[in-house]
Amino acid sequence: MRPTSVNYLKVLVPVKRCVDYAVKIRVNAAQTGVDTNVKHSMNPFDEIAVEEAVRLRERMPKSVESITVASIGPPKSGEIIRTALAMGADDGIHVEIDENAPQPEPLGVAKTLAELIKKKKNGDVDLVIMGKQAIDGDNGMTGQMLAGLLGWGQATFASKVEVLEGEKEVKVTREVDGGLEEIKVKLPAIITTDLRLNEPRYASLPNIMKAKKKKIERVTPESLGVDLKPILETIKVTEPPKRVGGGKVESVDELVEKLKAAGVV
Amino acid sequence: MLRRNIHLLASQSTRAGFRVSTGTARRWYSAPTLSGNFSSLESRDVEHFATILPSTSILSTLGPFNHAVEELAAYNSDWMGKYHGKSKCVLKPKTVEEVSKILKWCWERRIPVVPQGGNTGLVGGSVPLHDEVIINLSNMSKIRKFDPVSGILVCDAGCVLENLSEYLAPHKHIMPLDLGAKGSCQIGGNVSTNAGGLRLLRYGSLHGTVLGLEVVLPNGEILDQLTTLRKDNTGYDLKQLFIGAEGTLGIITGVSILTPAMPLAQQNILLALPSFTTLPELYKLSKTYLSEIISAFEYFDRRAYDLVCRHTGRKALTDEEVGDSQAFVLIETSGGKAGHDEEKVNALLEHLYSMEENPLINSGTLSQSPSQFQSLWGFRELIAEAAGKEGKVYKYDISVPVSEFVNTADAVRKQVGDKVKEVVGYGHVGDGNLHINVIADAYTKEVEDLLEPFVYKVVSKHRGSISAEHGIGSMKTQHLHYSKSDVSIDLMKRIKKLFDERGIMNPGKVVPM
Repeated sequence: MRPTSVNYLKVLVPVKRCVDYAVKIRVNAAQTGVDTNVKHSMNPFDEIAVEEAVRLRERMPKSVESITVASIGPPKSGEIIRTALAMGADDGIHVEIDENAPQPEPLGVAKTLAELIKKKKNGDVDLVIMGKQAIDGDNGMTGQMLAGLLGWGQATFASKVEVLEGEKEVKVTREVDGGLEEIKVKLPAIITTDLRLNEPRYASLPNIMKAKKKKIERVTPESLGVDLKPILETIKVTEPPKRVGGGKVESVDELVEKLKAAGVV
Repeated sequence: MLRRNIHLLASQSTRAGFRVSTGTARRWYSAPTLSGNFSSLESRDVEHFATILPSTSILSTLGPFNHAVEELAAYNSDWMGKYHGKSKCVLKPKTVEEVSKILKWCWERRIPVVPQGGNTGLVGGSVPLHDEVIINLSNMSKIRKFDPVSGILVCDAGCVLENLSEYLAPHKHIMPLDLGAKGSCQIGGNVSTNAGGLRLLRYGSLHGTVLGLEVVLPNGEILDQLTTLRKDNTGYDLKQLFIGAEGTLGIITGVSILTPAMPLAQQNILLALPSFTTLPELYKLSKTYLSEIISAFEYFDRRAYDLVCRHTGRKALTDEEVGDSQAFVLIETSGGKAGHDEEKVNALLEHLYSMEENPLINSGTLSQSPSQFQSLWGFRELIAEAAGKEGKVYKYDISVPVSEFVNTADAVRKQVGDKVKEVVGYGHVGDGNLHINVIADAYTKEVEDLLEPFVYKVVSKHRGSISAEHGIGSMKTQHLHYSKSDVSIDLMKRIKKLFDERGIMNPGKVVPM
């Protein structure tokens, strides 16, 4: 692990293509998962990560050398890499897996990202900014596992990020159960984003047009030496039990009676 | 015919935005005397209603219920807080038979009634002028049947528009109309006002998409023309009279409507234009490049954009990108295949960006995901709500040639000067429909006199419509002549008399009797 110069930070932002958060989820017929024949988009927490990286560069233009976006997924994941490029990232890496392959698990993703970071040709990555969790799996593990695999520091659930100029550290405010916690992490480090970190921008048309020309490198998990076969087996997925209808009462007295009968009063 | 005076007191109990003010003895306005030989509502009438409806469906300040006036407040006031009625009784029937029995009694007793749906109307048509009985259809909200092959939906008039959309979604169909009030407005009200909305450009008006109606006539007779036939040329098409009649010819209790297939790919583009002058060219180019996938083309001016940004706390573009753009356009595309639509959109954008000499646009953004698609629509759909939060809004909904959109808004701005907070203009370019919202601190006679009949005269000059889609209600009955000839208005009066000789159905609305 080489000491990082704060000038010329190389930032990596992993992004995931998930079912769009506005879609109404339905369990699939086989009860093995949800119906994925619906609209997909970038994981909202990853959008926040891309936005933070772009804002970092806007705040400290001389200090950020590159923002690379990476995604592990089927061919359509290329679309969200394009979206991230339109928001301001410089180039992308698409670790392409088969359309019908099962979704990679957090450990698999972390291993893949670790290999990408180790093998990065243009020099070492200094900072990884990624979403705290994906809204389909809600695991919230990948960032932490990646830090463990690399032996890097981690600052998770970030609601504020400040790169300290002249030092090789990042000051991060974390959202924790008790409130907010402020920590300093030495670079290179992993930061996972929480909801209140920022509000992602709409990509402007000129940037959308420019993004079409930016480079996306395509690799396979095999070329990285990673096996993405799932270790966990999902046995069954069902909807929560439907709410039973209530009844209307004619008066307050009747309401009190019913509450008493239910043993609540 | 009394000239209507509306005094909405800027008193201490008027709350900001569109919260309902409760009626107090001090809140008066003089509505026109209702012409007609009407009876006053008495306790015995309410007792009779209690034999038709369960007591949970009746709200009344009269015996035997003796509810507080506050409980009826929401029904007596409109969404904008501009129009206030003094009804003593609200009825909420569940079935067409109940509606029929109610009307039979009111017809006998000569008690005037106001049919009410979601109460989101903008022209004072959905609340009483005095103490008419309110017949609210919110409890009649069942979906009767849906045929997924033909897309024909039959439902009660009290179904909320958004709920119908959600019902249709798994069947991959959508409602043929969409408007900002979708979370509250009911389909019966939409049909009664011939609502237009954001999708009219693509799917046409309710006069085309409504296949049949079930209506209770003023005397209580049930007119059942709830067919599901696409084609039926058997005599005069009576339903067309009820569509847009604003509840003055009968109460719509059931609707049969054709719903289009859900587009598989949707996208929208928000564009910032240097000025309105480039809009007509942009519109033509969009029609050429996007051709059949274009499903909405909306315009809003810079003041409207700033208003929404203030209201939501979010901007679509950075200030640098927007610069001093004076006009904004939101284009929606709906098609069967994302890739195909994106190609068309790209072609349009590349053309726009190749015009370096005289650019039609300053900048813009493109929705990258379904959530962005919805939030970008917010910049257009939330203008009305944002206006309501800034003050009391005078709304004008007019049809004028598209080339006159900005001139008309500017003329209104000049007319009111600094007597109001803000004037914003926005509208459906494809339908030639401009909405002007004049935001004042309070509803006052002074501002109203400045605006009316000024706005209507401007419209009349262009042979336009004083109400493109909002309807006449009680707001514009005296101004009908700016858009319709005496011959037309006379015939409308005769039709009203034919359907409702005793004049009990929503009196004082639409047609000046």
